[in-house]
Amino acid sequence: MFRNQYDTDVTTFSPHGRIFQMEYAMEAVKQGAATVGLCSCTHAVLVASNKPASELSSFQRKVFRVADHVGVAFSGLTADGRVLTKFLRNECINHAFVYEAQLPVSRLALRLADKAQVCTQRSWKRPYGVGLLVAGLDETGPHLYYNCPSGNYFEYQAFAIGSRSQAAKTFLERKFEGFNKYTPEQLIKDALSAIKETLQGEKLTSSNCTVAIVGRIEDGTAEPFQVVDTKRIQAIIDSMEAAEEAPAEPSSMQEEDKGSDAAPMDI
Amino acid sequence: MEEQKWDQPMGGFNAASRSQMAEAAAGGEESQRTLYPYVTGTSVIALKYKDGVIMACDTGASYGSTLRYKSVERIKAVGKHSLIGGSGEFSDFQEILRYLDELTLSDHMWDDGNSLGPKEIHSYLTRVMYNRRNKFDPLWNALVLGGVKMGPKGAEKYLGMVNMIGTHFEENHIATGFGNHLAIPILRAEWSEDMTFEEAVKLVEKCLLVLLYRDRSSINKFQVAKITTEGATIYPPYSLKTFWGFSHFENPAQGAVGSW
Repeated sequence: MFRNQYDTDVTTFSPHGRIFQMEYAMEAVKQGAATVGLCSCTHAVLVASNKPASELSSFQRKVFRVADHVGVAFSGLTADGRVLTKFLRNECINHAFVYEAQLPVSRLALRLADKAQVCTQRSWKRPYGVGLLVAGLDETGPHLYYNCPSGNYFEYQAFAIGSRSQAAKTFLERKFEGFNKYTPEQLIKDALSAIKETLQGEKLTSSNCTVAIVGRIEDGTAEPFQVVDTKRIQAIIDSMEAAEEAPAEPSSMQEEDKGSDAAPMDI
Repeated sequence: MEEQKWDQPMGGFNAASRSQMAEAAAGGEESQRTLYPYVTGTSVIALKYKDGVIMACDTGASYGSTLRYKSVERIKAVGKHSLIGGSGEFSDFQEILRYLDELTLSDHMWDDGNSLGPKEIHSYLTRVMYNRRNKFDPLWNALVLGGVKMGPKGAEKYLGMVNMIGTHFEENHIATGFGNHLAIPILRAEWSEDMTFEEAVKLVEKCLLVLLYRDRSSINKFQVAKITTEGATIYPPYSLKTFWGFSHFENPAQGAVGSW
């Protein structure tokens, strides 16, 4: 990182129209442990890779439930993330108190973005050093938003943030077009595969990742945001590894097998 | 020169500010409590039927015992999914419509596919009414909120009411004012699940007729409104046929005892 004379505070523009403090804040996000989010047309999944500070410590918790219908996972300065989670929880509760209904995810993301923007325009504040993936369900379906320290936010089909997230993004770019039709199980599998890409050789186990899912099942009932339990994750990871070792069967072919008059696949 | 008291009207004796002057003299804050309603609407009746909710009321607003205004619309559409009917102080009803306007406008401007349903609006109104009551400055109304919205499990009908002290509940049929006493017993006896529109209107008209005969602040000009998944429809006003040809009315003084 180079030093600039325009990077002392967030209220100074550079001659090229950039605010360096904001960009440095986004750098902080890139240094955090990787987090991945995916969406289908019924469910949204968040996966965070757990990096303990040392061998003796437990890992930093990065996936939080904000309300029954929405949760977040973040990368960067996790303390900032914790504080923002408290803000998000408050917003959801206040809305639910007045309207007895769930705050739509886009409106929650906007409130978060507006809060982040304030910190980019006050000389006595600093931007939040954390990027949040907000995954939630509302009446228009499941949504995934990425909230940036700059105060920008975008909706995504799938996204990855944090260190080595480019590897995950490349993986997601190859596969995202099929996501809308995925079952929740397939979504979790691909999310785990994406996180695996960021581990770069380290073995993926249920103890070095956290998975959370929210969505609506076929009969219309909503499944609240919850962290998937480690046993199930380990089972999914094991089945993924078994599939890799077995002769390759692309997962998208599984649906064709359901046709009653389709001949069994030749392997 | 004594210091100007900017919170009081200059000189003069203004009836409205009498209590303010008394308060200011006592050094206290202004207290503006709503004490009485002035221009009031009478009962509103509503019930759930097969396609949604029907709401009806008369188009009158009384000024005390005078039937002062005869073309008042006391049922309005709110957003895409709801109807609101108000009885009680009409100016407070108009104020509530303004609040709802702000709410629905900002909701509409989001343009994100989400919209406020009847349950949310009812909840919001409950908070407003209860908070005003706690400040001893109530909105002197009984509001009926009905609507239907598509949910993940199909069309969800909703009907509820909230009054000036913040009491609120949901029911299959609602009536305010005199309707509580005269219409509710009829609705309880004759309402059934999934009535057709015609059946629902007939039931509502039966209640409105009883109210017309027995509630002295009702007039013979009614509006029926319905809300379905297709939207709100408020029908033009019409009147009901009444019958006054009872023999007792023909010579009312017949049995009266008189001294001359």
